[in-house]
Amino acid sequence: MTKPWDATSEHLLRELAPQVLGAVARRFRDFSASEDAVQEAMIAAFAQWPQQGTPENPRGWLIQVASRRMTDQVRSEIARRERETAVAAETETLAPPVEVEADMDPDDTLILLFMCCHPALTPSSAIALTLRAVGGLTTAEIANAFLIPEATMAQRIGRAKQTIKASGTPFHLPSAHERAGQLPAVLHVLYLIFSEGYVSSIGAHLQRLDLAREAIRLTRNAKTLLPENAEVAGLLALMLLTDARRAARTGPDEELIPLDKQDRSLWDRAEISEGIELLTAALAKGAVGLYQLQAAIAAVHDEAGRAEDTDWPQILALYELLNRVSPGPVVTLNHAIAAAMVHGPAKGLELLKALDGDPRIGGHYRLDAVRAHLFEKMGHHEAAIKHYRLAAARTTSIPERNYLMTQAAHLAGD
Amino acid sequence: MKYILMMNTMRTGHGVPEWLKKDLQTHIAFMMALNKELQESGELVSAEGLSFPDQAKLVRAGKNGDPITDGVFPESKEFLAGYWIVDVDSAERAYTIAAKASAAPGPGGAPLNMPIEVRPILSGPPPEMH
Repeated sequence: MTKPWDATSEHLLRELAPQVLGAVARRFRDFSASEDAVQEAMIAAFAQWPQQGTPENPRGWLIQVASRRMTDQVRSEIARRERETAVAAETETLAPPVEVEADMDPDDTLILLFMCCHPALTPSSAIALTLRAVGGLTTAEIANAFLIPEATMAQRIGRAKQTIKASGTPFHLPSAHERAGQLPAVLHVLYLIFSEGYVSSIGAHLQRLDLAREAIRLTRNAKTLLPENAEVAGLLALMLLTDARRAARTGPDEELIPLDKQDRSLWDRAEISEGIELLTAALAKGAVGLYQLQAAIAAVHDEAGRAEDTDWPQILALYELLNRVSPGPVVTLNHAIAAAMVHGPAKGLELLKALDGDPRIGGHYRLDAVRAHLFEKMGHHEAAIKHYRLAAARTTSIPERNYLMTQAAHLAGD
Repeated sequence: MKYILMMNTMRTGHGVPEWLKKDLQTHIAFMMALNKELQESGELVSAEGLSFPDQAKLVRAGKNGDPITDGVFPESKEFLAGYWIVDVDSAERAYTIAAKASAAPGPGGAPLNMPIEVRPILSGPPPEMH
């Protein structure tokens, strides 16, 4: 008995991936090999289910296929050792009976999320492994999203798993205390996946995985698993409130449209309402963290019907809070923009001086871009042109560079 | 973040075709090993070697848009011999790889210390975070 493959089937398959991996990894006590086996089961499902329909028990099907791979692998390993040592072994005992409904643990997805965002991993390897093991994506899809060859991505994931193995992290849920310590790293990886969805969006007309959507899906799951955590909800709200503006952010030639020039009727109202609802509930819990504050700032922008209706004094107050919770050069920069909107561009330029000696942002294009905007607002066109051009030379984004050069050209032509 | 590592060699007098067989083999083995290492570290996007300059043509569009080709162009002293595109976690890591490639063995196995130009590859803009 099977169900026909439809739009929800792919989602179901990806949601099952970490649960299946949890069951297989606990049974075989080998996370790395189990993860490979589940990947093969996923690829088999993507090949078979659309044609033959979704099996009656999709989870059982996947566990069975992955377990069979594991058993085959164990058998061939035994056979190899037998050839080498000529010692007979009883292979049958190594294949545990497949009881597909056993071994389910709702915490598995959470265990995997903490494992894949392990602090010993570099950001790029944590991202890749999280997308595969927790997100249920194939290596080919991840490689394609990052525009790198599949073989390279496979190696990156393999090395990430070696690092985790070497760290000796056991496959069980970290204690509440450990979780609290590791959660910022997990949220940061989810945030990076979201960001990457934009950064690697060049040539987005090609059929590619939408990493921003994947990040939202993974964060949504994390929120379900950690319902009491206000920062997880804050991050989800931030993603939704930012993603809501996506359609308005670029023009027909993929040119960048700044927030104050966007057609706000293109903003996604459903995402904005969901984000605000999540944020309101999160803020009511007390302890306000950096994601909630950033989401609150995004919400103030999203709530303004026109750019000139933006409540800048409120945004300025939120940046002052953010500066206390999570100080850094980017916060200082954005705080200066908000101050400029409330107290005038001269105030913003004065605050920016604090960043000149800061090696974390000193030569960064954003500092020049913001200066250029503030000089433009003051009517100092020459200084604005100079800083727009400096910023254009320093950015690593094509649409951003085009935007900055166009701004400079516009002022130079007046 | 992706970077391109461009390996430049002198247009004339690089002398690669006249290297001893042993030196050539050592050099080729080094480059193969480097590519393998970058693939295994999960960082290699692509690596290509380019032909010697005598195969190069300079092309411009003519009046009707047809290609007009010139032979070897003598303006620059250096030419691009090959490149790597790597996807790495930091600029420093790209520089480390470039330094490694720069020290590829030349005649007598001595490091060539070729100049490698490292430049970021442009991407889309990050999300509009505030």
